[in-house]
Amino acid sequence: MARAVTKNRKIINTAAAWAVGLLIFFPILWTVLTSFKTEATAIADPPVFLAFDWTLENYSVVMERSDYMRFLWNSVIIAGGSTILGIIIAVPAAWSMAFVPSKRTKDILLWMLSTKMLPAVGVLYPIYLMFIELGLLDTQFGLVIVLMLINLPIIVWMLYTYFKEIPGEILEAARMDGASLREEVLYILTPMAIPGIASTLLLNVILAWNEAFWTLNLTAAQAAPLTAFIASYSSPEGLFYAKLSAASTMAIAPILVLGWFSQKQLVSGLTFGAVK
Amino acid sequence: MGQIQLNQVTKRFGSVEVIPPLDLTIEDGEFCVFVGPSGCGKSTLLRLIAGLEDVSSGHISIDGVDATETPPAKRGLAMVFQSYALYPHMSVRKNIAFPMRMAGIDEAEQNRRIEAAAKALNLTDYLERRPGQLSGGQRQRVAIGRAIVREPAAFLFDEPLSNLDAALRVGMRLEISELHERLETTMIYVTHDQVEAMTMADKIVVLRAGVIEQVGSPLELYHAPRNQFVAGFIGSPKMNFIEGPEAAKHGAHTIGIRPEHIAVSAESGPWSGVVSVSEHLGSDTFLHVHDTGLAESFTVRADGEVNFRHGDRIYMTPREDVIHKFDAKGLRID
Repeated sequence: MARAVTKNRKIINTAAAWAVGLLIFFPILWTVLTSFKTEATAIADPPVFLAFDWTLENYSVVMERSDYMRFLWNSVIIAGGSTILGIIIAVPAAWSMAFVPSKRTKDILLWMLSTKMLPAVGVLYPIYLMFIELGLLDTQFGLVIVLMLINLPIIVWMLYTYFKEIPGEILEAARMDGASLREEVLYILTPMAIPGIASTLLLNVILAWNEAFWTLNLTAAQAAPLTAFIASYSSPEGLFYAKLSAASTMAIAPILVLGWFSQKQLVSGLTFGAVK
Repeated sequence: MGQIQLNQVTKRFGSVEVIPPLDLTIEDGEFCVFVGPSGCGKSTLLRLIAGLEDVSSGHISIDGVDATETPPAKRGLAMVFQSYALYPHMSVRKNIAFPMRMAGIDEAEQNRRIEAAAKALNLTDYLERRPGQLSGGQRQRVAIGRAIVREPAAFLFDEPLSNLDAALRVGMRLEISELHERLETTMIYVTHDQVEAMTMADKIVVLRAGVIEQVGSPLELYHAPRNQFVAGFIGSPKMNFIEGPEAAKHGAHTIGIRPEHIAVSAESGPWSGVVSVSEHLGSDTFLHVHDTGLAESFTVRADGEVNFRHGDRIYMTPREDVIHKFDAKGLRID
């Protein structure tokens, strides 16, 4: 049943929600606005909000100076590849933990999550050495593997939660109906978990897309994704705020568009099971 | 064909033995009901037969072939679950087709069986709907349809009517009984409701704590319960038990008399008591009597016309020929 909310209360709630929303969105908005300013206007004091001469100069300079498409392609490969590989490994893992749990299942889940608490820099040295040994430095494949491993705990956790929502009796019914394990996962479990799997996919694409630590440390030129593209505009010789903003806008634009179009899926996936 | 035999079957969960060694034979074509209070192991027993749980020891054979190690899919049994367990992302048609699809039956044959099942179960108009768009009774029928099309050796029902309201339950009970008459396939049906057991079964297996207390036809169990537990479990309202001098008169530790085997009058009778509650069902009146000096609670099933009220003193005459006698261990004395 809906709770009774007075009209005034409603207005206050709406205003507060908008305020919080704008506050969170403001840095992105400011970045986008700055990307259309000249370098001089970008550092003007007091700052200019909207009343400036809009220019596309920064974008043309950035496009000229660096090969945007190559960075974009690397980002797509690394984010997409690590997510798909992660899902392939995580589905069976989450299945077994959700439907045939052992005494240690809870511990394993917690242990997996605990690896996320380790500061990444703590393992930079060994991983860097391994990358040199294996010749993975500055390769797309190397980054796909590392980012997959970094995000695997989250993928497994999310899928585990979604799978837990699926009644075991339905899977037992499939077993009685003659389905093999493969058919059970393929025809029953996966279709039922589609909203959950989709939101896991999306969230991990976003996480991998935005990951900066490993992508910056393990790449140079060949496999560098958009994070490295942004970083190349923050140089010790001086900050070019407008160009940096243009690069940032170009880097986040694809993921922003993806997020925008999959908003509904993302929300329904993240609240999956909360509302029956 | 569908004869199912359990030979010294046990089940342990960790160190807890839920089913001590158990022997049972269910004949081909029989409607067998497992009944007992919750936690008596009846569902576990069904799941052992289905293969959804592994036996800890012992053997299960289906039609004389050892199926102890056979996976559920290969046992040729179909199961109907309490929660229906329909596939929510598939239409009714696809739900019913699923087991046939898994068995690799060709599409024409699939459709023929689906149409036949849908017609028999009144589902023809709903074939393209999703389970979420159906009522509880319809969902249950889809689950039954999904079981029928497999043409299994036996049907297993796990409390299939518990989620339905009372009126629907009676209707579905009849439908399942009719289905059994028509198909003549072995059915094993688990319930905690002794009315379902009595009305549907050819053979009732009464379970308590994993142990079979008695196996027999509904009337055998009603007329000659082997012990006090079965006597109290079968029959509604429950049998009255009397201990002490009144039982000693009959040469027993405890005697049992069913509520319907007691005549009431306002004037005279060997037993007397005061009515605490009188429940009018129209056809019958259930009188709950206290201060009888015989037992804590006492129930009498009287004619619907009887009009005793709270506080009335009544006199009761038991039918001597149907008094059940039990020894100190609760076992029947004949």
